[in-house]
Amino acid sequence: MDIGILIPVATLGGLGFILAVGLAYASKKFAVEIDPRVEKVEESLAGINCGACGYPGCRGYAEAIVAGQVEIDKCAPGGMDSIKGISEIMGTEMGQVVPKVAVVQCQGGHEQTEPKFDYQGVDDCRAAQMLGAGFKSCSYGCLGLGSCAAACPFDAITMGKNGLPIVDEEKCTACGICVRTCPRGIMALIPQTQEVYLGCINQDRGPAVKKICQVGCIACRLCVRKNPEGDSGIAMDGNLPSINYEKLTSWPEANDVCPQNCFIIRKITL
Amino acid sequence: MELFTIFIGAVLVNNFVLGRFLGICPFLGQSKNVGMAVGMGMSVIFVMTLASVTTNIIYSFVLVPLGLEYLMTVSFILVIAALVQLVDIVLQKVLPALHRTMGIYLVLITTNCAILGLALLNVVKNYDLIQSLVFGLSAGIGFTLALVIMAGIRERLELADVPKPLQGFPITLILAGLLSIAFMGFSGLVKL
Repeated sequence: MDIGILIPVATLGGLGFILAVGLAYASKKFAVEIDPRVEKVEESLAGINCGACGYPGCRGYAEAIVAGQVEIDKCAPGGMDSIKGISEIMGTEMGQVVPKVAVVQCQGGHEQTEPKFDYQGVDDCRAAQMLGAGFKSCSYGCLGLGSCAAACPFDAITMGKNGLPIVDEEKCTACGICVRTCPRGIMALIPQTQEVYLGCINQDRGPAVKKICQVGCIACRLCVRKNPEGDSGIAMDGNLPSINYEKLTSWPEANDVCPQNCFIIRKITL
Repeated sequence: MELFTIFIGAVLVNNFVLGRFLGICPFLGQSKNVGMAVGMGMSVIFVMTLASVTTNIIYSFVLVPLGLEYLMTVSFILVIAALVQLVDIVLQKVLPALHRTMGIYLVLITTNCAILGLALLNVVKNYDLIQSLVFGLSAGIGFTLALVIMAGIRERLELADVPKPLQGFPITLILAGLLSIAFMGFSGLVKL
């Protein structure tokens, strides 16, 4: 064997050895301890990484649960199954979760309202909202550019022909992302059993609303007086009626009372 | 003054990504949004600076005295791979969120020709220790600059009306080409 080959081999070998020792030392010094329960909790969750729980992905929420920092009922898509699974792993009690669904609190589409100006900008409601507080005559109503539909991780929202979002209640998991995305607060989460809700969030009253929208709430207070539960069913919150979901779940004649047909009656299929 | 020339040269005139066309892989892979781009950029700056200095030391004090210059490519790869592994280990402990979001792309720096190119360029240009330190730092900064610009434009591109056949990578590559042409405007700023 040629002696000359020894030096390069020794050099490279020595270099590799030193680096390996260095790396081994570093991996010991910077070792990260992972609780094995984190993996199991992560599996009980829905696994979609939608962020509805408020943590960065399912892994983030699993880590927070194992660290004991948060309640275990935050996974909306996971539902009761996830809560059951987590409580078994962590040995905690389960709470009861009211299943919810996302609804659209506006009926002012293209047929019911007129735009203030012709908007030619980015096709995103949040962008439109930044330009002169939106192009809609009503400054509270739905802009119809579909940011909610784009944000929904379950493809449960589509934009209807009238320029309003339509929620597919079978697909909706009430994760709440559409609620956070909408710049105007049009989307809301209500209990799945709630049949009637108000399709307007306009805080103005009377002629100011009638001028800009055919179906906007004018704060006439007829619903407060005439609903089946009276004062405990609906109370005025500023210029908008607030339905007490525990007392008044269903009221099919709501739009007979309301002169503007503001109420939306859901068909309960779930 | 010469160090400043090296800095300007590496960041603007001969930007590693847009001028020398090295490191395209992480450039296209990690420029989806500005947050991730900045994270990746920081890691690259760290690795590039350290790699530049370490390879320079290995070359000057180990390879040259023993007459083993021909081993430079192999030993540089060895050092760089170990360095990136070190960054991976440290990042997992210090910034676990960033480590998880970057995932596989962190290891991409190893097989990234930009780092090796940097080490070899140090040899070709005969830089001493301080010069190679500055060169490595500037190369990392230049890479980050290109990455962040790309990420910023790509974020806006998400909302633009791109024709169907160009959506995704085609328009990104066209964009990269245009950026490269733009950076050509800096040529002549520094005599190399």
